[in-house]
Amino acid sequence: MSGSVLEIKNLHVSVEDKEILNGVNLTIKGGEFHAIMGPNGTGKSTLASAIMGHPHYEITEGSVLLDGEDVLQMDVDERARAGLFLAMQYPSEISGVTTSDFLRTAINARRGEGNEISLMKFIKEMDSVLDELDVDKNMAQRYLNEGFSGGEKKRNEIVQLMLLKPAIAILDEVDSGLDIDALKVVSKGVNKMRSDDFGCLMITHYQRLLNYITPDYVHVMMQGRIVKSGGPELAERLEAEGYEWIKEELGIEDETVGQKA
Amino acid sequence: MTVETKRLYDKDYIEQFSQERYEPEWMKSLRLHALEQVDVLELPTPDKTNIGKWNFSRFKHTAQGETISSLEALPEKLKDFIDLENIPENVLIQRNQSVAYSTLSKELKDKGVIFTDIFTALREHEDLVKRYYMKDAVSVDEHRLTALHAALMNGGIFVYVPKNVQIEEPLQTIYWQEDPEVALFNHVLVVAEESSSLTYVENYISHNDEQETVANVITEVIAQNNAYISFGAVDNFAAGTTTYMNRRGVAYRDATIDWAFGQMNDGNTVFENETHLIGDNSSTHPKTVSVGRGRQIENFTARTVHHGKDTESFILQHGVMRDKATAIFNAIGKIENAATRSNAEQESRVLMLSDKARGDANPILLIDENDVTAGHAASVGRIDPLQLYYLMSRGITREEAENLIIFGFLEPVVDQLPIPSVQKQLRQVIERKVN
Repeated sequence: MSGSVLEIKNLHVSVEDKEILNGVNLTIKGGEFHAIMGPNGTGKSTLASAIMGHPHYEITEGSVLLDGEDVLQMDVDERARAGLFLAMQYPSEISGVTTSDFLRTAINARRGEGNEISLMKFIKEMDSVLDELDVDKNMAQRYLNEGFSGGEKKRNEIVQLMLLKPAIAILDEVDSGLDIDALKVVSKGVNKMRSDDFGCLMITHYQRLLNYITPDYVHVMMQGRIVKSGGPELAERLEAEGYEWIKEELGIEDETVGQKA
Repeated sequence: MTVETKRLYDKDYIEQFSQERYEPEWMKSLRLHALEQVDVLELPTPDKTNIGKWNFSRFKHTAQGETISSLEALPEKLKDFIDLENIPENVLIQRNQSVAYSTLSKELKDKGVIFTDIFTALREHEDLVKRYYMKDAVSVDEHRLTALHAALMNGGIFVYVPKNVQIEEPLQTIYWQEDPEVALFNHVLVVAEESSSLTYVENYISHNDEQETVANVITEVIAQNNAYISFGAVDNFAAGTTTYMNRRGVAYRDATIDWAFGQMNDGNTVFENETHLIGDNSSTHPKTVSVGRGRQIENFTARTVHHGKDTESFILQHGVMRDKATAIFNAIGKIENAATRSNAEQESRVLMLSDKARGDANPILLIDENDVTAGHAASVGRIDPLQLYYLMSRGITREEAENLIIFGFLEPVVDQLPIPSVQKQLRQVIERKVN
């Protein structure tokens, strides 16, 4: 069976009546790795949050479909169970809930009642993922993200990605704040997910991440929409030359959201 | 109220009650003196809660309970409270006002540990009880309810650990109000002599959702020099019971009293926990969790009073309020003059699950000494929508995500209860009350 398809069509998103995204179009299929790049303040993270259903964002126009199903009509948990995953830039801290209890609850939420994972199997899977990502096993018994360093939080997001095995994952600046060793470990985990059944959208403003996770498609975001798309060579040119040439090419003076070309 | 109580339970009644239990003369005098005080004294006035119309007087005073032959034959309603796979060695079950079941390991008996009901203690260990009963911790004449308690005391326990005796196995008691109308004037007296240590855990249980009655409980905990007491309690009085619960500790030099409370009553409740850090270098860590529901009104006060130098206290209170429940959490750290280098910390947090629930956290620090440290944190709020979003983004339903957050909010205190089976049982009660 081939993978899922996530279609984003003409997506407009506002926060407190300010329009952030104005007409994003993007299709991600199982087996594909996409990267969205762009300077700060161009709407990249808003796209990720809006797709997942973050309570602060309001969709004013457009649609998001997962295998033809209307994602925007689903509650956040339904989107996740349908196969979406977002590795968050700022994961919440949940006091009193151990990481391991949380992971098991999340896995079981996907598997459904009557089909819960056995404790032994869960521990085995979790331990193997923790090993793979070079994470101290103590993390499983610590309260979820509470007192975690920035790097630990990022790794924890990838632990969840690998255990929950979504159809389409969005990684929102999963590389920011990571040193090079941590970046290699995280990348190894993401690369391991590569298959026809897994599509991935990476959001970053550093080309560095793409040295470790090679994208099939690269998109540049400015002023709340995708202004240029290409292959991995686009990322390399951005690394070498920066964003100015794109702005010149498109006649953009201020690339941040809320500006008109 | 006084008139009614007095008519039912007058001097003659109390004299007879005392006599039937073969109480020493001093105890009878204490009761009669207290009865006179009931008329004179006012009700206590817990901060921000008016208890003037609460029922402290409609109850039945005595009821017996059948014995329980073994823990295997435990009545269904108590099964959750005892770990039957790991039968505890030291248990006392009080059923109404009778001791239904009681064991104490031979080892502890041989070491001189006393773990017996208050009436037996009054006969067999009269001097010890007399030395501590309503002397150093709680006084008879503090207010009308302490006086009423002293006059009508009808149950309880005496725990005594001799000097240098360290108890590893917990002592566990269950106070079961099986009769739906009988009042519980329970008196718990725990004394740890110098350099001794113990863990004591108690459960209060009743099932009178409809019938009204009263629990007026006073607990006195004395930690002599260098003693350590871990005191855990889960209170489960049903909606019909109006509760006045007073647990007070006195810690002498180098002594520590750690408290962990699950306040799971369904009726109106005033709960006071106070610890006097008398000796230098003594400390206390009172921790409380509670879940309020229905229309119940509760007032919780945790107070630490620093008398000695280098004393330390940390009050932690977490409450979850649902439906139309109201709860006030007062945390009071008082540092007396000359209690130098003492440290009083506190944290009170209330999580409200419905628009009609009410909660308030009052942090209070009263400091009469310059060379001290103190700190407080207090918050009253609702479930953080971003926490919910995060959990739900992993496929967890809203209901389950809320439960995780609520349990997580209470867990840091539940985790501190000294007996795993009591922790487990408290988690069950929380689950029942939250859902």
